[in-house]
Amino acid sequence: MSLPFMPPEASSLASRYDVLFAAMTALTTAVSLAVTIVGLWFMFRFRRRATVDRSRPPAAAQLRRRRILETIWIGVPLLLFIAAFAWSASLYYDRSTPPAGALEVAVVAKQWMWKLEHATGQREIDVLHVPVNVPVKLVMTSQDAIHSFFVPAFRVKQDVLPGRYTVLWFTATRAGDYQLYCAEYCGTDHARMFGHVIALAPPQYQRWLDAQGATTTMAAHGEALFRALGCSGCHGANASVHAPALEGLYGRPVPLADGTTIIADDRYLRDSILLPKRQVAAGYEPIMPSFAGQVDEAEVLDLIAYIRHLGGKEALR
Amino acid sequence: MTPPAALLPAPAHAASYLEGDMSIRAWLTTRDHKRIAIMFAIAITAFFFIGGAAATLIRIELATPAGDLVSAETYNKLFTMHGVVMVWFFLIPSIPATLGNFLVPLMIGAKDLAFPRLNLTSFYLYVGGALFTLAALFAGGVDTGWTFYTPFSTMFSNTNVIAAIAGVFIVGFSSILTGLNFIVTVHKLRAPGMTFFRLPLFVWAIYATSVILVLATPVLGMTLALLGIERIWHIGIFDPSLGGDPLLFQHLFWFYSHPAVYIMVLPAMGIASEIIPCFARSPVFGYRTMAYAIIAIAVIGFLVWGHHMFVSGQSVYAGLVFSILSYLVAIPSAIKVFNWTATLYKGSISFDAPMIYALGFVGLFMLGGMSGLFLAALALDVQLTDTYFVVAHFHYIMVGGSVTAYLAGIHFWWPKITGRMYPARWAQFAAVLIFLGFNFTFFPQYLLGIEGMPRRYHEYAPQFTTLNVLSSAGAVILAMGYLLPLVYLGWSLVRGARAPQNPWRATGLEWTVPSPPPTENFATQPHVDEEPYAYPPVAASRQEAAT
Repeated sequence: MSLPFMPPEASSLASRYDVLFAAMTALTTAVSLAVTIVGLWFMFRFRRRATVDRSRPPAAAQLRRRRILETIWIGVPLLLFIAAFAWSASLYYDRSTPPAGALEVAVVAKQWMWKLEHATGQREIDVLHVPVNVPVKLVMTSQDAIHSFFVPAFRVKQDVLPGRYTVLWFTATRAGDYQLYCAEYCGTDHARMFGHVIALAPPQYQRWLDAQGATTTMAAHGEALFRALGCSGCHGANASVHAPALEGLYGRPVPLADGTTIIADDRYLRDSILLPKRQVAAGYEPIMPSFAGQVDEAEVLDLIAYIRHLGGKEALR
Repeated sequence: MTPPAALLPAPAHAASYLEGDMSIRAWLTTRDHKRIAIMFAIAITAFFFIGGAAATLIRIELATPAGDLVSAETYNKLFTMHGVVMVWFFLIPSIPATLGNFLVPLMIGAKDLAFPRLNLTSFYLYVGGALFTLAALFAGGVDTGWTFYTPFSTMFSNTNVIAAIAGVFIVGFSSILTGLNFIVTVHKLRAPGMTFFRLPLFVWAIYATSVILVLATPVLGMTLALLGIERIWHIGIFDPSLGGDPLLFQHLFWFYSHPAVYIMVLPAMGIASEIIPCFARSPVFGYRTMAYAIIAIAVIGFLVWGHHMFVSGQSVYAGLVFSILSYLVAIPSAIKVFNWTATLYKGSISFDAPMIYALGFVGLFMLGGMSGLFLAALALDVQLTDTYFVVAHFHYIMVGGSVTAYLAGIHFWWPKITGRMYPARWAQFAAVLIFLGFNFTFFPQYLLGIEGMPRRYHEYAPQFTTLNVLSSAGAVILAMGYLLPLVYLGWSLVRGARAPQNPWRATGLEWTVPSPPPTENFATQPHVDEEPYAYPPVAASRQEAAT
């Protein structure tokens, strides 16, 4: 389906989105037209100069008719609204749930550019190359203000927050060059925080990968950092300091000193590196120093990729 | 048209509020709700044209894709000024502080509001706060947008954020005191026989609005205070790098700012509910349903703020709850549109200027509401939020809706307020011009949003040019439409014919006193023994037209 004014449909969600949009347009147009026509007809029929029967039925009959009419125009919209809600909610749920096995790309937004790093190590700025028909999952964070990753042709948008990871996924269905906008106002050059998502057929995508030359994966970057920053001194296998082991940690529940339990996800790992006092694992002294200021957002993502690589619930897949 | 003798001004009457001591000092220290309403009206009109000037520059800039008229920084300051001025210094006080202030005591048969001094305090808090913010906006400017999103506003903006929010904070107290005044007035000062279900719907609307003002505005004040604390002392509340929560500000801000939309639109609904029955000579269809719908909107309106945040990173399940509640709040709004339409049935409809404005309001409000159904739909909102679709949506509600209704009210009660008639033809022409100009300006913005143009863009991709040019061209017509009333209403103050007591043959206590009303409002205590909107049935013949 191709709707007027709508950007091209270039993702697996786009056609489903457009059907819903068309249905909503049909519904609202029909209701608006009906109300307008009835309103204009009354205005004409009962204009002051018209000779027309204006007698009102007795009060009881009026009340009965009013009750019936009001029940109709409360009940019918209510049912339609519930249907619209359910339909759009199911699509929203799918949009919010990335499929397993998606190709992962880390996104770091800053005033006023997009920095992207593929799990396999390729780095790009303001341009993202993806293969068609493969789900792509973006794990995004911001270095400063809030931004928003918006690709109209894919019908996806997700705010990118500082201090938190948000996720957006899509499967491009048509090769092409699609506009990427920042949709959340972020300061002076907000309108220029512009980029491209280039979807390529598998052979072209392979050619693009080859052209990038040898790269090290994010996990390998993370491992190098892990040693350079001295993390291995405490968390390594032969460390003398009593620190939590990181093998098999990712995605598992971690009991905390305050008695609660937390899943060791991206956000927990990030907080543990930058704000280690916030959640202290049970049974350990809060002696880890904060690495805030020593590592940037991209490096934190590399470290997380490394910890994930060390094994864990999700990493085993 | 000669009104029947019974409707002519009473032969002998007390001095009107526009007679007596007319010195500046007397006005500035008045406690008369009518004079305070006039002062509010003058102030908000000035702010409307300041905000409008910023909008004009924005539309000129957007007539071409390149950012060639002003720099990106200036553009960002312009849309911030436009938003801040229009929302807090025009729309929020517009109907309640002017028409509400003038009419509520008259409509319920009271001498004044419950707390006349507090009313004057509201005015000075408003003027003081608004001028303070305005100074900040002119001296250097603010580039955060009217939404002041953190951490941009606390950590990254280098503009006068603190001064701007300080003024808004102060104006908030004006809102709270005005709301409090109306609530107490409606409860305590109704004339004998004026039961709650005999109140004009305008009073119901102002009452519900007042409840929102009192409950929501403190949250805005606290939120802005927290913002200031973080910006000045770097105490982490919202900024994650200081240990704050990046979404907390949005939750708090929209907890106020979504109900604020109902602060703007409920009084507008109240006005339409007065005018449509009057010019249709027909009791409002479903009076009690209309009153309950007002209350339902005010209550449910507090529970939908999260629909501004479907792509913000709030939980999917929170999104589901806010979506269904947003649909729920659309039901009472839909009821009102249907009931206004049904009020026309078997009426005897004339199209005087107030009626054209009011019908224009219903049409524009309906179109704005329909687009709201797209934005309440979670998946559709993902694509449309933060694009021009949203810009079009809320302008339809707040400008097409509230401003048009405000003008409808001004034209309806102008004879009562000023004691003068205005040129009817010019007013009808302006009403039509504003309706057309509005659609011409803002309908293209729906299409821009569907095409994917993000909002708050100083420059844009060339594929958006045609629709932007259309929108800017429409804005020229709209601007002329808004200037016209300034001219002919100004003219009427000097040259307009003297208004009779009840030129529209309307029901309601405000029409039982002379135009303009005496300082004391009512010479004798009125008693109410009649249902509201008791417009008698009209005979089938054309005798109506002959009167």
